[in-house]
Amino acid sequence: MKLGDFLAPPADAARREGPHNRIVMSSRVRLARNLRGKPFPGWAKKTERIKTLEGIRPAVESLPELAEAFSETMDKLTPLDKNLLVERHLISREHAQKTAGSGLVLSRDETLCVMINEEDHLRMQALQPGLNLRRAWTVIDQVDSRLERKLDYAFSPTLGYLTACPTNVGTGIRVSAMLHLPGLVLAEHINQIIQAVNKLGLAVRGLYGEGTEALGNVFQVSNQKTLGDTESNIVERLNKVLLQLIDHEENARARLLEAKPKSVYNHIGRAYGILANAHSISSKESMNLLSLVRLGVDLGLFTDLARWAVDELFILSQPAHLQHAYAEKLGADERDILRADMLRERLRDIRRPAPPPRGQGPASDKPEAA
Amino acid sequence: MLCSICKAKEATVHLTQIVGDKVQKVDLCADCAKEKGVNDPAVFSLADVLLGLGASQEMEQAAGAGSTLKCPHCGFSQADFKKSGRLGCPECYTTFAEGLEALLKGMHTGTRHIGKAPAGLQQTRDLTDRIRQLQKKLDKAVAEENFEKAADYRDEIKVAKARLTQATAP
Repeated sequence: MKLGDFLAPPADAARREGPHNRIVMSSRVRLARNLRGKPFPGWAKKTERIKTLEGIRPAVESLPELAEAFSETMDKLTPLDKNLLVERHLISREHAQKTAGSGLVLSRDETLCVMINEEDHLRMQALQPGLNLRRAWTVIDQVDSRLERKLDYAFSPTLGYLTACPTNVGTGIRVSAMLHLPGLVLAEHINQIIQAVNKLGLAVRGLYGEGTEALGNVFQVSNQKTLGDTESNIVERLNKVLLQLIDHEENARARLLEAKPKSVYNHIGRAYGILANAHSISSKESMNLLSLVRLGVDLGLFTDLARWAVDELFILSQPAHLQHAYAEKLGADERDILRADMLRERLRDIRRPAPPPRGQGPASDKPEAA
Repeated sequence: MLCSICKAKEATVHLTQIVGDKVQKVDLCADCAKEKGVNDPAVFSLADVLLGLGASQEMEQAAGAGSTLKCPHCGFSQADFKKSGRLGCPECYTTFAEGLEALLKGMHTGTRHIGKAPAGLQQTRDLTDRIRQLQKKLDKAVAEENFEKAADYRDEIKVAKARLTQATAP
């Protein structure tokens, strides 16, 4: 099956709902594993990599969780396929660069994705919509336990699971969530928050992970330390920080609305104006503006626009998805024009944003007091 | 923005270093920058500042300066690690153990894995922990000249060790 046919249509992907998904777009837990006695992918020769891939792939495919999965080697995927996977956050940019000797197994419901021969022999990840780190950990823990019966993991009693990079050794776990934080960005509190989160030993990154920009006010928060603590502690600690971040974001939104409502409405109204009327727009600009429209939906400014519809546009505006929707190869300029056409069309019948009547503020997503 | 090291003074020196495909940034105040030798590129490594321990120096010292230490299993060398920040194979953790320890100390919460273990190895780990605890008790009993108790511990250790040998037998 072709990847483009396998992936859920953007409208369906955007409709997946989870706890706190007003602010937390998705949760992920990733485990890094390697095989005993085999050189890591970055150091292995191509023939060795291919052999390792051939050993690992059937073991992964045989898991019940991965029945009806999409399974392919990276050399069989087109650059467009790979970029679609990156834009859906299913594989890393690093993995998209791989060719023969690397592979990918993706579950039917797209909640489980195993990268073979990325930086490590195995990078398996569980994804969940909204804030649901515990569920993601439970799922991936079980997949890992099943796989260890079929594969001989490199494990040291003192150092734990051995990984190509010492930053992942021990548990090999990376727990992360993607957060939409337009309130903190508009209130100019985001740098303070990032610094505070960094001090807790957690990393804050942009939309596509390591070394990327926070397009569309989307930030990825994850643990950095993997050795000397248990998986569940790491999950719980990040969970706690995320609940606080949700709280901070909601407070920032509430304060902005109280202190300078006109400024907030101005940002959102202009974003809508440009998106609904532009004839050429870059993916970067459209994502930043869609972020403001999403905020407008959260604040109750749009009466006939659902959050999932904005999230769908978020997916569709990205370069590979736009390219995928059109048969012929597009240049960047043509893409900007087609993107603007698509956005104008989608927003044509959406009524422009208006402040909600007094006393009818939108519900907030503050975590319940523990 | 405050200095990343002393967290007290305003940062005036902003550095970016790209190691492999990783971008690392650090902001320092004038004093900390001077102390870390930022002005002398020959001695300054951003990774060392970030990891706080001069880790790569320690790795070099442990291996002997200008060492050509190579992993006997995969042929990976110290220089390769410096270049990529990644190791060659699982055995490299044994080959470069001495230098890695300082590196891991600076990076992580601890230097011992206390999380999940493959099911087969979990038993081994429990037994090893038990033997270590019993040995401590035995030492204490001997020190207190409580030889009756000591003999009990010695027997328990014997049993645990026999089970460990059984568990690790191929």
